[in-house]
Amino acid sequence: MRFQDVISINDFRKEDIDYVLRVAERLEEELKKEGTLKYAKGKVLATLFFEPSTRTRLSFESAMHRLGGAVIGFAEASSTSVKKGESLMDTIRTVENYADVIVIRHPREGAARLAAEVARVPVINAGDGANQHPTQTLLDLYTIKKEFGKIDGLDIALLGDLKYGRTVHSLAKALSYYNVRLYFVAPKGLEMPRHIVEEISNKVEIVETSDLEAVIPKVDVLYVTRIQKERFPDPAEYNKIKGSYKVDLKVLEKAKDTLKVMHPLPRVDEIAYEVDNTKYSAYFRQVWSGIPVRMALLGILLGVIK
Amino acid sequence: MKELKVSAINKGTVIDHIPAGRGLKVLEILNLSGDNTILIAMNVRSGKLGRKDIIKVEGKILNEEEVNKIALIAPSATVNIIENWEVMEKRKVEIPDEIIGIIECANPNCITHYEEVTPKFKVLSKKPLKLKCHYCERTMEEDIVLKHLL
Ligand SMILES: [Zn+2]
Repeated sequence: MRFQDVISINDFRKEDIDYVLRVAERLEEELKKEGTLKYAKGKVLATLFFEPSTRTRLSFESAMHRLGGAVIGFAEASSTSVKKGESLMDTIRTVENYADVIVIRHPREGAARLAAEVARVPVINAGDGANQHPTQTLLDLYTIKKEFGKIDGLDIALLGDLKYGRTVHSLAKALSYYNVRLYFVAPKGLEMPRHIVEEISNKVEIVETSDLEAVIPKVDVLYVTRIQKERFPDPAEYNKIKGSYKVDLKVLEKAKDTLKVMHPLPRVDEIAYEVDNTKYSAYFRQVWSGIPVRMALLGILLGVIK
Repeated sequence: MKELKVSAINKGTVIDHIPAGRGLKVLEILNLSGDNTILIAMNVRSGKLGRKDIIKVEGKILNEEEVNKIALIAPSATVNIIENWEVMEKRKVEIPDEIIGIIECANPNCITHYEEVTPKFKVLSKKPLKLKCHYCERTMEEDIVLKHLL
């Protein structure tokens, strides 16, 4: 990989993505054979979570442990000197003395980029405000590749709040590197932003619709996201939309046998629990994908995996 | 006719072809100190623009960074460096590929508003002007950029 930090999916070329996915696959196999690996023995990861995100933090910590390394960090800014007014740059300059790699989650956009510029050690962005969460995108791609053995040739639907969803913006962009057809399925008012559609429409075929039923029989992947109530000024409007996009067994009746339903989790009620134990559900395996993908990134940035 | 409106200068910089009405804004971002004599002509008839503003700064040769600042709000401007009553150098202002300082990010949640860091933008398009914040990756169009000059 040609860079030293993982800040934005926009920094990734297709070769970089493919490389990370390949390393992740290799590590997953080794992990299954040998249990905990030793690549990162003697290395320390610092997880700096200026806002809480327990799942993401645990996933990084688990990945580092399975790579044989150690973890230090904090889970909320209120328990640190940040509360006393210390600048992010000073926090980074301090912590880089304790760790070989830093994972940062911060409520302000651009915080991870700034941290990477200041730090002498590699930095991974685990979410900076509404901007980027690149490791989520990589694990989404990894999941698709694992489920189908490939990404090229697939029909992939992104469903839900496509306007505000950071996850689907990055994923759509990354998928545009591949030979796929994308369906953007969103309620009126929550459509994919124009600038993203324009940016990728010359690379992939895009179908924009609000009609989930019409799309279901055509797709290989249904990537579901949460529609947040607070996005709607009128609660009645929210309730109408919420119902129309509930993925349950009835909706899936017309699906391809091989359809996989994905979701970045946590879900509220956009996927019925009855879907969990069907051949369609891939969302818990998707959670697992975070481990090999984050192991790959940590290993590559630490220089212990080639 | 122009020369009657603003007297010629011995040494300094003449900024010509500023779109009419932007002259004061140009002065503002140049942030000139009280030492310089400044002559400004507004709404001068111009073959090229219809109406234009002209600024003459006596005793000061603008550097490249200052000239590039002007490009953001007056891309049509030309900069003439004057010495001994003569034009020594004629420059077209040009928007650089990267803008460091000069503008603050329009995104209120951008880290640049909270840390001691110089805002930095990548120029995605010069015409129409479109910038992308190096830190938060938010894009800004011309009308927004003009409201966020530092
Ligand atoms: Zn910004």
